[in-house]
Amino acid sequence: MTPNRTQIIPIGPYHPLQEEPEFFKLHVEGEKVVKLDIEIGYNHRGIEKLAEGLTYDQVPFLVERVCGICSTSHPFACVNAIEDVGGFDIPERAKYIRTFVGELERIHSHLLWLGLAGHFLGYNTVWMWAWKYREPVLDCFELLTGNRNHYAMFKPGGVRRDFEDEDLPTAMRILDGLERPLLMFAKIAMADPVLQARLKNVGVLTYEDCVELGALGPTSRASGVPWDVRRDHPYAAYDLVEWDVVTTENGDVFDKVVVRVLEMLESVKICKQCLEKLREVRDGIDANYKEIPPGEGIGHHEAPRGEVFHYVRSDGSNRPIRYKIRAPSFMNVPTNNRAVVGYTVSDATITLAAIDPCYCCTERTIVVDADSGKQLMGWKELLRLSQEKTRKLMEKYKSRMDRVWI
Amino acid sequence: MSLKIKALTKSIWVFHLAASPCNNCDIEILDLLTPRYDVERFGIQLVGSVRHADAILVTGSMNRKARQRLKRVIAQAAKPCFVIAIGNCSCSMEMFANSYNQMECLDNVSEVHAYIAGCPPKPEAMIQGVVALIQAQLAALKK
Repeated sequence: MTPNRTQIIPIGPYHPLQEEPEFFKLHVEGEKVVKLDIEIGYNHRGIEKLAEGLTYDQVPFLVERVCGICSTSHPFACVNAIEDVGGFDIPERAKYIRTFVGELERIHSHLLWLGLAGHFLGYNTVWMWAWKYREPVLDCFELLTGNRNHYAMFKPGGVRRDFEDEDLPTAMRILDGLERPLLMFAKIAMADPVLQARLKNVGVLTYEDCVELGALGPTSRASGVPWDVRRDHPYAAYDLVEWDVVTTENGDVFDKVVVRVLEMLESVKICKQCLEKLREVRDGIDANYKEIPPGEGIGHHEAPRGEVFHYVRSDGSNRPIRYKIRAPSFMNVPTNNRAVVGYTVSDATITLAAIDPCYCCTERTIVVDADSGKQLMGWKELLRLSQEKTRKLMEKYKSRMDRVWI
Repeated sequence: MSLKIKALTKSIWVFHLAASPCNNCDIEILDLLTPRYDVERFGIQLVGSVRHADAILVTGSMNRKARQRLKRVIAQAAKPCFVIAIGNCSCSMEMFANSYNQMECLDNVSEVHAYIAGCPPKPEAMIQGVVALIQAQLAALKK
Protein backbone atom coordinates (compact mmCIF):
# COMPACT_ATOMS: atom_id res chain seq x y z
CA MET A 1 0.00 0.00 0.00
CA THR A 2 1.39 3.39 -0.93
CA PRO A 3 1.36 5.90 1.90
CA ASN A 4 -0.79 8.97 1.47
CA ARG A 5 1.63 11.75 0.66
CA THR A 6 -0.84 14.56 1.09
CA GLN A 7 -0.86 16.30 4.43
CA ILE A 8 -3.34 18.79 5.78
CA ILE A 9 -2.47 22.17 7.25
CA PRO A 10 -5.40 23.76 9.03
CA ILE A 11 -5.66 27.56 9.12
CA GLY A 12 -8.33 28.75 11.53
CA PRO A 13 -11.09 29.06 12.57
CA TYR A 14 -9.42 31.21 15.21
CA HIS A 15 -6.09 32.08 13.72
CA PRO A 16 -3.99 35.13 14.57
CA LEU A 17 -3.78 36.10 10.91
CA GLN A 18 -7.52 36.33 10.49
CA GLU A 19 -9.73 38.96 11.93
CA GLU A 20 -12.82 36.91 11.14
CA PRO A 21 -13.42 33.26 11.94
CA GLU A 22 -13.10 31.06 8.88
CA PHE A 23 -11.43 27.73 8.28
CA PHE A 24 -9.08 26.77 5.46
CA LYS A 25 -7.78 23.26 4.98
CA LEU A 26 -4.66 23.27 2.84
CA HIS A 27 -3.84 19.86 1.37
CA VAL A 28 -0.10 19.94 0.76
CA GLU A 29 2.51 17.71 -0.81
CA GLY A 30 5.79 18.92 0.59
CA GLU A 31 5.66 22.69 0.17
CA LYS A 32 3.15 22.72 -2.63
CA VAL A 33 -0.58 23.25 -2.15
CA VAL A 34 -2.57 20.70 -4.14
CA LYS A 35 -6.08 21.27 -2.84
CA LEU A 36 -7.98 23.76 -0.76
CA ASP A 37 -11.07 23.29 1.37
CA ILE A 38 -12.87 26.36 2.58
CA GLU A 39 -15.24 26.04 5.50
CA ILE A 40 -17.24 29.06 6.54
CA GLY A 41 -20.36 29.55 8.59
CA TYR A 42 -18.94 31.07 11.74
CA ASN A 43 -20.43 34.40 10.82
CA HIS A 44 -23.91 33.57 9.63
CA ARG A 45 -26.45 35.73 11.44
CA GLY A 46 -29.57 35.29 9.33
CA ILE A 47 -29.78 38.88 8.15
CA GLU A 48 -32.03 38.20 5.16
CA LYS A 49 -34.61 36.67 7.46
CA LEU A 50 -34.27 39.45 10.03
CA ALA A 51 -34.83 42.03 7.27
CA GLU A 52 -38.33 40.66 6.74
CA GLY A 53 -39.27 41.64 10.26
CA LEU A 54 -38.21 45.25 9.87
CA THR A 55 -39.75 48.26 8.17
CA TYR A 56 -38.18 49.83 5.09
CA ASP A 57 -36.73 52.61 7.22
CA GLN A 58 -35.04 50.11 9.53
CA VAL A 59 -33.63 47.74 6.89
CA PRO A 60 -30.68 50.03 5.93
CA PHE A 61 -29.55 49.97 9.57
CA LEU A 62 -29.62 46.19 9.60
CA VAL A 63 -27.83 45.64 6.30
CA GLU A 64 -25.24 48.19 7.36
CA ARG A 65 -24.26 45.62 9.95
CA VAL A 66 -23.75 42.89 7.37
CA CYS A 67 -20.18 44.06 7.21
CA GLY A 68 -18.28 46.69 9.11
CA ILE A 69 -15.65 47.39 6.49
CA CYS A 70 -17.99 48.13 3.62
CA SER A 71 -20.68 49.54 5.87
CA THR A 72 -21.97 51.92 3.22
CA SER A 73 -22.05 49.45 0.36
CA HIS A 74 -24.91 47.38 1.70
CA PRO A 75 -27.20 50.30 2.64
CA PHE A 76 -26.30 51.86 -0.73
CA ALA A 77 -27.47 48.79 -2.63
CA CYS A 78 -30.43 48.46 -0.25
CA VAL A 79 -31.78 51.96 -0.84
CA ASN A 80 -31.17 51.54 -4.58
CA ALA A 81 -33.30 48.38 -4.46
CA ILE A 82 -36.10 49.97 -2.44
CA GLU A 83 -36.16 53.00 -4.73
CA ASP A 84 -36.23 50.66 -7.71
CA VAL A 85 -39.49 49.11 -6.43
CA GLY A 86 -41.35 52.37 -6.80
CA GLY A 87 -39.15 53.94 -9.49
CA PHE A 88 -38.39 56.84 -7.14
CA ASP A 89 -35.96 59.61 -7.94
CA ILE A 90 -33.93 61.39 -5.30
CA PRO A 91 -32.65 65.00 -5.03
CA GLU A 92 -29.33 65.73 -6.71
CA ARG A 93 -27.69 66.84 -3.45
CA ALA A 94 -28.52 63.48 -1.87
CA LYS A 95 -26.94 61.79 -4.89
CA TYR A 96 -23.67 63.67 -4.40
CA ILE A 97 -23.65 62.96 -0.67
CA ARG A 98 -24.21 59.25 -1.34
CA THR A 99 -21.44 59.14 -3.91
CA PHE A 100 -19.06 60.98 -1.59
CA VAL A 101 -19.68 58.59 1.31
CA GLY A 102 -19.38 55.55 -0.98
CA GLU A 103 -16.06 56.68 -2.44
CA LEU A 104 -14.55 57.81 0.85
CA GLU A 105 -15.35 54.35 2.12
CA ARG A 106 -13.49 52.81 -0.80
CA ILE A 107 -10.40 54.78 0.23
CA HIS A 108 -10.63 53.58 3.84
CA SER A 109 -11.31 49.99 2.82
CA HIS A 110 -8.44 49.81 0.31
CA LEU A 111 -6.02 51.42 2.78
CA LEU A 112 -7.13 48.89 5.36
CA TRP A 113 -6.53 46.04 2.90
CA LEU A 114 -3.13 47.43 1.90
CA GLY A 115 -2.10 47.50 5.55
CA LEU A 116 -3.33 43.97 6.22
CA ALA A 117 -1.59 42.70 3.08
CA GLY A 118 1.64 44.20 4.38
CA HIS A 119 1.00 42.51 7.72
CA PHE A 120 0.42 39.14 6.05
CA LEU A 121 3.73 39.50 4.25
CA GLY A 122 5.55 40.29 7.49
CA TYR A 123 5.97 43.83 6.25
CA ASN A 124 4.57 45.59 9.29
CA THR A 125 5.90 48.99 8.22
CA VAL A 126 3.39 48.99 5.38
CA TRP A 127 0.65 48.04 7.84
CA MET A 128 1.44 50.88 10.22
CA TRP A 129 1.84 53.47 7.48
CA ALA A 130 -1.32 52.51 5.64
CA TRP A 131 -3.37 52.59 8.82
CA LYS A 132 -1.77 55.87 9.88
CA TYR A 133 -3.05 57.48 6.68
CA ARG A 134 -6.41 55.79 7.11
CA GLU A 135 -7.07 57.71 10.33
CA PRO A 136 -7.65 61.10 8.60
CA VAL A 137 -10.25 59.37 6.40
CA LEU A 138 -12.07 58.14 9.50
CA ASP A 139 -11.81 61.67 10.96
CA CYS A 140 -13.46 62.95 7.81
CA PHE A 141 -16.27 60.42 8.31
CA GLU A 142 -16.68 61.41 11.92
CA LEU A 143 -16.80 65.07 10.97
CA LEU A 144 -19.39 64.67 8.23
CA THR A 145 -21.53 61.73 9.36
CA GLY A 146 -21.02 61.56 13.12
CA ASN A 147 -19.42 58.12 13.39
CA ARG A 148 -16.10 56.57 12.44
CA ASN A 149 -17.76 53.45 11.02
CA HIS A 150 -21.42 52.55 10.51
CA TYR A 151 -22.39 56.00 9.30
CA ALA A 152 -26.17 55.45 9.09
CA MET A 153 -26.37 58.02 6.31
CA PHE A 154 -28.75 56.29 3.94
CA LYS A 155 -32.52 56.12 3.85
CA PRO A 156 -34.91 55.25 1.07
CA GLY A 157 -35.50 58.51 -0.77
CA GLY A 158 -32.37 60.36 0.24
CA VAL A 159 -29.86 60.66 3.04
CA ARG A 160 -30.40 61.10 6.72
CA ARG A 161 -28.05 63.96 7.41
CA ASP A 162 -26.87 66.96 5.42
CA PHE A 163 -23.26 68.09 5.15
CA GLU A 164 -22.64 71.46 6.78
CA ASP A 165 -21.00 74.09 4.58
CA GLU A 166 -18.37 74.92 7.19
CA ASP A 167 -17.19 71.28 7.31
CA LEU A 168 -16.49 71.07 3.59
CA PRO A 169 -13.11 72.92 3.60
CA THR A 170 -11.83 70.55 6.32
CA ALA A 171 -12.93 67.54 4.28
CA MET A 172 -11.24 69.02 1.21
CA ARG A 173 -8.04 69.54 3.20
CA ILE A 174 -8.09 65.92 4.37
CA LEU A 175 -8.53 64.72 0.78
CA ASP A 176 -5.68 66.96 -0.41
CA GLY A 177 -3.48 65.55 2.33
CA LEU A 178 -4.28 62.00 1.16
CA GLU A 179 -2.86 62.40 -2.32
CA ARG A 180 0.79 62.53 -1.28
CA PRO A 181 0.73 59.30 0.79
CA LEU A 182 -1.29 57.53 -1.92
CA LEU A 183 1.28 58.46 -4.55
CA MET A 184 3.94 57.31 -2.12
CA PHE A 185 2.21 53.92 -1.81
CA ALA A 186 1.99 53.69 -5.59
CA LYS A 187 5.71 54.38 -5.79
CA ILE A 188 6.54 51.89 -3.04
CA ALA A 189 4.46 49.19 -4.71
CA MET A 190 6.14 49.76 -8.06
CA ALA A 191 9.71 50.08 -6.81
CA ASP A 192 10.09 47.96 -3.69
CA PRO A 193 12.22 44.90 -4.55
CA VAL A 194 10.80 42.79 -1.69
CA LEU A 195 7.19 43.38 -2.73
CA GLN A 196 8.12 42.67 -6.34
CA ALA A 197 9.76 39.39 -5.40
CA ARG A 198 6.92 38.31 -3.11
CA LEU A 199 3.94 39.32 -5.20
CA LYS A 200 4.86 39.14 -8.88
CA ASN A 201 3.51 36.02 -10.57
CA VAL A 202 1.98 34.75 -7.31
CA GLY A 203 -1.65 33.65 -7.16
CA VAL A 204 -2.27 34.32 -10.82
CA LEU A 205 -5.90 34.42 -11.89
CA THR A 206 -6.37 34.43 -15.64
CA TYR A 207 -8.96 36.38 -17.61
CA GLU A 208 -10.79 33.13 -18.43
CA ASP A 209 -10.87 32.05 -14.77
CA CYS A 210 -12.37 35.39 -13.80
CA VAL A 211 -15.07 35.23 -16.43
CA GLU A 212 -15.85 31.59 -15.69
CA LEU A 213 -16.09 32.03 -11.92
CA GLY A 214 -17.68 35.46 -12.15
CA ALA A 215 -15.06 37.23 -10.09
CA LEU A 216 -15.91 40.82 -9.25
CA GLY A 217 -14.30 44.08 -8.33
CA PRO A 218 -10.52 44.60 -8.09
CA THR A 219 -10.04 40.82 -8.27
CA SER A 220 -11.36 40.72 -11.83
CA ARG A 221 -10.08 44.16 -12.83
CA ALA A 222 -6.53 43.04 -11.98
CA SER A 223 -6.98 40.28 -14.57
CA GLY A 224 -8.06 42.72 -17.25
CA VAL A 225 -11.84 42.23 -16.95
CA PRO A 226 -13.19 45.78 -17.07
CA TRP A 227 -16.37 45.24 -15.06
CA ASP A 228 -17.47 48.09 -12.90
CA VAL A 229 -21.13 48.54 -12.08
CA ARG A 230 -20.57 52.25 -11.36
CA ARG A 231 -19.87 52.74 -15.07
CA ASP A 232 -21.95 49.92 -16.57
CA HIS A 233 -25.16 50.68 -14.67
CA PRO A 234 -24.77 54.17 -13.21
CA TYR A 235 -26.63 55.11 -10.06
CA ALA A 236 -26.38 58.04 -7.62
CA ALA A 237 -24.00 60.64 -9.10
CA TYR A 238 -21.52 58.34 -10.81
CA ASP A 239 -22.62 59.50 -14.25
CA LEU A 240 -22.33 63.14 -13.19
CA VAL A 241 -18.65 63.04 -12.21
CA GLU A 242 -15.54 62.18 -14.18
CA TRP A 243 -13.47 59.12 -13.35
CA ASP A 244 -11.87 56.08 -14.95
CA VAL A 245 -12.09 52.33 -14.45
CA VAL A 246 -8.65 50.99 -13.48
CA THR A 247 -7.59 47.67 -14.99
CA THR A 248 -4.31 45.77 -15.21
CA GLU A 249 -3.43 42.67 -17.19
CA ASN A 250 -1.44 40.10 -15.20
CA GLY A 251 -3.93 38.94 -12.55
CA ASP A 252 -1.29 38.24 -9.90
CA VAL A 253 -1.32 39.58 -6.35
CA PHE A 254 0.99 42.43 -7.35
CA ASP A 255 -1.54 43.69 -9.88
CA LYS A 256 -4.28 43.54 -7.29
CA VAL A 257 -2.22 45.88 -5.12
CA VAL A 258 -1.68 48.23 -8.07
CA VAL A 259 -5.38 48.27 -8.99
CA ARG A 260 -6.38 49.14 -5.46
CA VAL A 261 -3.81 51.91 -5.05
CA LEU A 262 -4.81 53.50 -8.37
CA GLU A 263 -8.50 53.13 -7.51
CA MET A 264 -7.94 55.11 -4.33
CA LEU A 265 -6.56 58.00 -6.41
CA GLU A 266 -9.68 57.81 -8.61
CA SER A 267 -11.84 57.87 -5.48
CA VAL A 268 -10.10 61.00 -4.23
CA LYS A 269 -10.87 62.57 -7.61
CA ILE A 270 -14.57 61.64 -7.34
CA CYS A 271 -14.82 62.84 -3.73
CA LYS A 272 -13.35 66.24 -4.63
CA GLN A 273 -15.79 66.71 -7.49
CA CYS A 274 -18.66 65.82 -5.16
CA LEU A 275 -17.52 68.39 -2.59
CA GLU A 276 -17.27 71.06 -5.30
CA LYS A 277 -20.80 70.27 -6.46
CA LEU A 278 -22.18 70.24 -2.93
CA ARG A 279 -21.33 73.94 -2.63
CA GLU A 280 -23.76 74.75 -5.44
CA VAL A 281 -26.45 72.09 -5.52
CA ARG A 282 -29.08 72.76 -2.85
CA ASP A 283 -32.28 70.90 -3.63
CA GLY A 284 -32.80 69.16 -0.31
CA ILE A 285 -31.61 65.78 0.86
CA ASP A 286 -34.81 63.78 1.15
CA ALA A 287 -37.61 63.07 -1.31
CA ASN A 288 -39.89 61.96 1.58
CA TYR A 289 -41.53 58.91 0.06
CA LYS A 290 -44.18 57.51 2.36
CA GLU A 291 -45.48 54.44 0.56
CA ILE A 292 -43.62 51.60 -1.12
CA PRO A 293 -45.88 50.08 -3.82
CA PRO A 294 -46.10 46.30 -4.39
CA GLY A 295 -43.42 44.94 -6.69
CA GLU A 296 -39.82 43.89 -7.01
CA GLY A 297 -36.63 45.89 -7.03
CA ILE A 298 -32.93 45.36 -7.47
CA GLY A 299 -30.04 47.52 -6.35
CA HIS A 300 -26.33 47.50 -7.14
CA HIS A 301 -23.34 49.18 -5.69
CA GLU A 302 -19.70 48.71 -6.60
CA ALA A 303 -18.36 48.01 -3.12
CA PRO A 304 -14.60 48.12 -2.49
CA ARG A 305 -14.58 44.33 -3.07
CA GLY A 306 -16.87 44.17 -6.07
CA GLU A 307 -20.52 44.44 -6.95
CA VAL A 308 -23.03 44.18 -4.11
CA PHE A 309 -26.46 43.09 -5.26
CA HIS A 310 -29.67 43.44 -3.28
CA TYR A 311 -33.13 42.26 -4.18
CA VAL A 312 -36.33 43.26 -2.44
CA ARG A 313 -39.93 42.18 -2.94
CA SER A 314 -42.72 44.30 -1.58
CA ASP A 315 -46.42 43.53 -1.14
CA GLY A 316 -47.41 47.11 -0.48
CA SER A 317 -47.05 46.90 3.30
CA ASN A 318 -44.29 48.65 5.25
CA ARG A 319 -42.03 45.59 5.35
CA PRO A 320 -40.26 43.60 2.62
CA ILE A 321 -41.62 40.07 2.18
CA ARG A 322 -38.36 38.80 0.70
CA TYR A 323 -34.92 40.24 0.98
CA LYS A 324 -31.87 38.84 -0.80
CA ILE A 325 -28.24 39.89 -0.60
CA ARG A 326 -25.37 38.82 -2.79
CA ALA A 327 -22.01 40.08 -1.60
CA PRO A 328 -18.91 40.22 -3.84
CA SER A 329 -16.88 37.80 -1.71
CA PHE A 330 -19.48 35.13 -2.47
CA MET A 331 -18.20 35.21 -6.05
CA ASN A 332 -14.57 35.93 -5.22
CA VAL A 333 -13.90 33.27 -2.56
CA PRO A 334 -14.18 30.31 -5.02
CA THR A 335 -11.43 31.88 -7.16
CA ASN A 336 -9.04 30.92 -4.34
CA ASN A 337 -9.34 27.36 -5.60
CA ARG A 338 -7.62 28.43 -8.84
CA ALA A 339 -5.28 31.05 -7.38
CA VAL A 340 -3.84 29.15 -4.40
CA VAL A 341 -3.41 25.70 -5.90
CA GLY A 342 0.06 25.09 -7.32
CA TYR A 343 1.86 27.67 -5.21
CA THR A 344 3.75 27.19 -1.94
CA VAL A 345 2.23 27.29 1.52
CA SER A 346 4.03 30.54 2.34
CA ASP A 347 2.27 32.22 -0.57
CA ALA A 348 -1.13 30.88 0.47
CA THR A 349 -1.96 33.52 3.09
CA ILE A 350 -1.31 36.50 0.86
CA THR A 351 -3.18 34.89 -2.01
CA LEU A 352 -6.16 34.10 0.21
CA ALA A 353 -6.08 37.70 1.40
CA ALA A 354 -5.59 39.19 -2.07
CA ILE A 355 -9.27 38.99 -2.96
CA ASP A 356 -9.97 41.03 0.19
CA PRO A 357 -12.40 38.41 1.43
CA CYS A 358 -15.25 39.42 3.67
CA TYR A 359 -16.84 36.39 5.22
CA CYS A 360 -19.47 38.17 7.23
CA CYS A 361 -20.92 39.36 3.92
CA THR A 362 -20.77 35.94 2.38
CA GLU A 363 -22.20 33.52 4.89
CA ARG A 364 -25.15 31.45 3.76
CA THR A 365 -26.90 28.60 5.46
CA ILE A 366 -27.43 25.41 3.55
CA VAL A 367 -27.44 22.01 5.22
CA VAL A 368 -26.55 19.21 2.84
CA ASP A 369 -26.50 15.47 3.35
CA ALA A 370 -22.88 14.51 2.60
CA ASP A 371 -23.72 11.14 1.05
CA SER A 372 -26.58 11.95 -1.25
CA GLY A 373 -25.81 15.65 -1.77
CA LYS A 374 -29.43 16.45 -1.04
CA GLN A 375 -30.37 19.72 0.57
CA LEU A 376 -31.72 19.10 4.06
CA MET A 377 -32.55 22.50 5.37
CA GLY A 378 -34.56 24.67 3.04
CA TRP A 379 -36.47 27.85 3.47
CA LYS A 380 -39.35 26.13 5.32
CA GLU A 381 -37.05 24.59 7.90
CA LEU A 382 -35.36 27.92 8.50
CA LEU A 383 -38.75 29.51 8.99
CA ARG A 384 -39.63 26.78 11.46
CA LEU A 385 -36.36 27.34 13.37
CA SER A 386 -37.05 31.03 13.53
CA GLN A 387 -40.61 30.59 14.74
CA GLU A 388 -39.52 28.01 17.31
CA LYS A 389 -37.03 30.45 18.73
CA THR A 390 -39.67 33.14 19.10
CA ARG A 391 -41.93 30.67 20.90
CA LYS A 392 -39.11 29.74 23.28
CA LEU A 393 -38.36 33.39 23.95
CA MET A 394 -42.03 34.06 24.58
CA GLU A 395 -42.08 31.37 27.25
CA LYS A 396 -38.88 32.67 28.77
CA TYR A 397 -40.09 36.24 28.98
CA LYS A 398 -43.70 35.37 29.79
CA SER A 399 -43.86 37.55 32.87
CA ARG A 400 -42.38 40.51 31.00
CA MET A 401 -44.50 39.97 27.87
CA ASP A 402 -47.69 40.42 29.89
CA ARG A 403 -46.50 43.81 30.94
CA VAL A 404 -45.57 44.77 27.41
CA TRP A 405 -48.84 43.82 25.80
CA ILE A 406 -51.33 45.03 28.38
CA MET B 1 -4.55 34.30 43.06
CA SER B 2 -4.35 37.93 44.17
CA LEU B 3 -0.66 38.12 43.21
CA LYS B 4 -1.49 36.77 39.78
CA ILE B 5 -4.22 39.33 39.28
CA LYS B 6 -1.89 42.11 40.38
CA ALA B 7 0.67 40.88 37.87
CA LEU B 8 -2.01 40.74 35.18
CA THR B 9 -2.79 44.42 35.55
CA LYS B 10 0.77 45.45 34.63
CA SER B 11 0.85 44.67 30.95
CA ILE B 12 -2.18 43.00 29.48
CA TRP B 13 -1.69 40.68 26.55
CA VAL B 14 -4.93 40.32 24.68
CA PHE B 15 -6.33 37.67 22.39
CA HIS B 16 -8.95 38.69 19.89
CA LEU B 17 -11.86 36.29 19.56
CA ALA B 18 -14.31 37.05 16.79
CA ALA B 19 -17.66 35.33 17.29
CA SER B 20 -19.73 36.18 14.19
CA PRO B 21 -19.01 39.89 14.26
CA CYS B 22 -19.55 42.39 11.46
CA ASN B 23 -15.78 43.09 11.48
CA ASN B 24 -16.15 46.63 12.67
CA CYS B 25 -15.16 46.11 16.29
CA ASP B 26 -12.35 43.86 15.07
CA ILE B 27 -10.97 46.61 12.91
CA GLU B 28 -11.21 49.11 15.72
CA ILE B 29 -9.26 46.67 17.91
CA LEU B 30 -6.55 46.48 15.25
CA ASP B 31 -6.75 50.25 15.01
CA LEU B 32 -5.66 50.40 18.65
CA LEU B 33 -2.30 48.91 17.67
CA THR B 34 -1.57 51.36 14.87
CA PRO B 35 0.28 54.67 15.22
CA ARG B 36 -2.49 56.98 16.35
CA TYR B 37 -3.57 55.03 19.45
CA ASP B 38 -0.60 52.68 19.83
CA VAL B 39 -1.60 50.79 22.96
CA GLU B 40 1.64 48.87 22.92
CA ARG B 41 3.14 51.79 24.83
CA PHE B 42 0.98 50.65 27.77
CA GLY B 43 2.18 47.08 27.34
CA ILE B 44 -1.05 45.94 25.73
CA GLN B 45 -0.20 43.55 22.93
CA LEU B 46 -2.20 41.33 20.60
CA VAL B 47 -0.98 37.74 20.89
CA GLY B 48 -1.44 34.84 18.52
CA SER B 49 -2.40 32.13 20.98
CA VAL B 50 -5.08 32.22 23.62
CA ARG B 51 -2.70 30.40 25.98
CA HIS B 52 -0.53 33.52 26.16
CA ALA B 53 -3.43 35.85 26.77
CA ASP B 54 -4.33 37.75 29.94
CA ALA B 55 -7.54 39.06 28.47
CA ILE B 56 -9.85 37.84 25.71
CA LEU B 57 -11.60 40.45 23.62
CA VAL B 58 -14.86 38.98 22.35
CA THR B 59 -16.66 40.70 19.49
CA GLY B 60 -19.87 39.73 17.77
CA SER B 61 -23.07 38.05 18.73
CA MET B 62 -22.04 34.36 18.65
CA ASN B 63 -23.95 32.11 16.28
CA ARG B 64 -24.56 28.38 16.74
CA LYS B 65 -21.35 27.35 15.05
CA ALA B 66 -19.07 29.92 16.66
CA ARG B 67 -20.51 29.31 20.13
CA GLN B 68 -18.99 25.84 20.59
CA ARG B 69 -15.58 27.00 19.39
CA LEU B 70 -15.75 30.06 21.60
CA LYS B 71 -16.47 27.93 24.65
CA ARG B 72 -13.45 25.75 23.86
CA VAL B 73 -11.11 28.66 23.22
CA ILE B 74 -12.10 30.35 26.48
CA ALA B 75 -11.57 27.05 28.31
CA GLN B 76 -8.08 26.79 26.81
CA ALA B 77 -6.97 30.12 28.23
CA ALA B 78 -4.64 30.12 31.23
CA LYS B 79 -6.58 31.30 34.26
CA PRO B 80 -7.05 33.90 35.64
CA CYS B 81 -8.06 35.50 32.38
CA PHE B 82 -10.35 38.47 31.83
CA VAL B 83 -13.13 38.27 29.28
CA ILE B 84 -14.02 41.64 27.78
CA ALA B 85 -17.16 42.01 25.65
CA ILE B 86 -16.57 44.59 22.94
CA GLY B 87 -19.42 46.18 21.06
CA ASN B 88 -23.19 46.05 21.46
CA CYS B 89 -23.42 42.63 19.79
CA SER B 90 -21.40 40.80 22.41
CA CYS B 91 -22.88 42.91 25.23
CA SER B 92 -26.54 42.36 24.36
CA MET B 93 -26.80 40.73 20.88
CA GLU B 94 -28.23 44.01 19.64
CA MET B 95 -30.38 43.66 16.51
CA PHE B 96 -29.44 40.01 16.02
CA ALA B 97 -31.26 38.89 19.16
CA ASN B 98 -34.20 37.59 17.09
CA SER B 99 -32.17 35.68 14.52
CA TYR B 100 -32.68 31.93 14.11
CA ASN B 101 -28.95 31.35 14.19
CA GLN B 102 -28.21 33.07 17.50
CA MET B 103 -28.65 31.18 20.72
CA GLU B 104 -27.72 33.16 23.77
CA CYS B 105 -25.79 36.11 25.03
CA LEU B 106 -22.08 35.95 25.82
CA ASP B 107 -22.61 36.23 29.58
CA ASN B 108 -24.53 32.94 29.57
CA VAL B 109 -21.49 31.17 28.13
CA SER B 110 -18.72 32.69 30.16
CA GLU B 111 -18.13 35.16 32.96
CA VAL B 112 -17.64 38.64 31.50
CA HIS B 113 -15.44 41.10 33.37
CA ALA B 114 -16.03 44.22 31.33
CA TYR B 115 -18.63 45.42 28.84
CA ILE B 116 -17.64 48.05 26.31
CA ALA B 117 -20.74 49.22 24.47
CA GLY B 118 -20.91 51.01 21.15
CA CYS B 119 -21.42 50.13 17.54
CA PRO B 120 -18.50 50.05 17.19
CA PRO B 121 -16.98 51.51 20.37
CA LYS B 122 -14.39 54.16 19.62
CA PRO B 123 -10.79 53.14 20.29
CA GLU B 124 -10.71 55.67 23.14
CA ALA B 125 -13.71 53.91 24.70
CA MET B 126 -11.92 50.57 24.52
CA ILE B 127 -8.84 52.00 26.25
CA GLN B 128 -11.05 53.51 28.92
CA GLY B 129 -12.85 50.20 29.38
CA VAL B 130 -9.60 48.34 29.95
CA VAL B 131 -8.39 51.04 32.36
CA ALA B 132 -11.65 50.77 34.30
CA LEU B 133 -11.26 46.99 34.44
CA ILE B 134 -7.73 47.28 35.85
CA GLN B 135 -8.82 49.84 38.41
CA ALA B 136 -11.75 47.70 39.51
CA GLN B 137 -9.51 44.66 39.92
CA LEU B 138 -6.94 46.61 41.93
CA ALA B 139 -9.65 48.11 44.12
CA ALA B 140 -11.03 44.63 44.78
CA LEU B 141 -7.58 43.45 45.80
CA LYS B 142 -7.18 46.25 48.34
CA LYS B 143 -10.38 45.34 50.17
